[in-house]
Amino acid sequence: MADEQRRSGPGGRGGRGKDRGGDKAGGQRRPLFRRRKVCKFCMDKIDYIDYKDVRMLTPFVPDRGKILPRRISGVCAPHQRKLQTAIKRARQLALIPYVAD
Amino acid sequence: MTKTRQYELVYLLSPDAGEQAVKDLHAQVEATIARFGGELARTEEWGRRKLAYAIGRHKEGIYVLEVINGSGDLMKELERRLRVNEQVLRYLVVRVDEELRGAERARSRRKADSRPREARGPAAESEGGEEANPETGAEEPGEAEA
Repeated sequence: MADEQRRSGPGGRGGRGKDRGGDKAGGQRRPLFRRRKVCKFCMDKIDYIDYKDVRMLTPFVPDRGKILPRRISGVCAPHQRKLQTAIKRARQLALIPYVAD
Repeated sequence: MTKTRQYELVYLLSPDAGEQAVKDLHAQVEATIARFGGELARTEEWGRRKLAYAIGRHKEGIYVLEVINGSGDLMKELERRLRVNEQVLRYLVVRVDEELRGAERARSRRKADSRPREARGPAAESEGGEEANPETGAEEPGEAEA
């Protein structure tokens, strides 16, 4: 049962809820065509993500204060790693919140 | 002979600290750098800024950035001094030379790599499909027919 569910998930990438719905409807394949997200930092050719540049970091720290997962932001893995340390450094200096109240 | 490295030091002073206190601390930092044979590459005063969260009872602070070329021992001493100083709410020392070098390397690599973007696109996409489930492609057409 679980095996079948896993197999019929088309593509897998993003929109998990919708895929499951399609499965129940009878394994219909939906031509879900999502625009491919591209890494913002690769686009802008940013090699060094500076913890001091709050304006660069804030789009990746939503109101809640958590770090935006790259599954949503579309940032590539190498840049997400750098972004992560930059955000953590900025938090130590109270430039960015740890948690929002 | 100790190695010279580049560090960034940011410290955050209590908003109660006057201009004189900021100057004094900066002078102290400068003196320490000189004593250890380091070099102060750059200083930036960001001034008074609102904090993202309250530190103690403070809601704002005075930020100062110093870019320093020096040894690890120098930074150790600077950290000790900042820890002792009650005006300093926070400080952060980051060693930046390696990161900047890495960024420089990435930049030069990109320049050298003149491969067009289109050539890379399809390969990356098929990789993504496999990652999700290699069986999907074979199974699904049959399901659609039935």
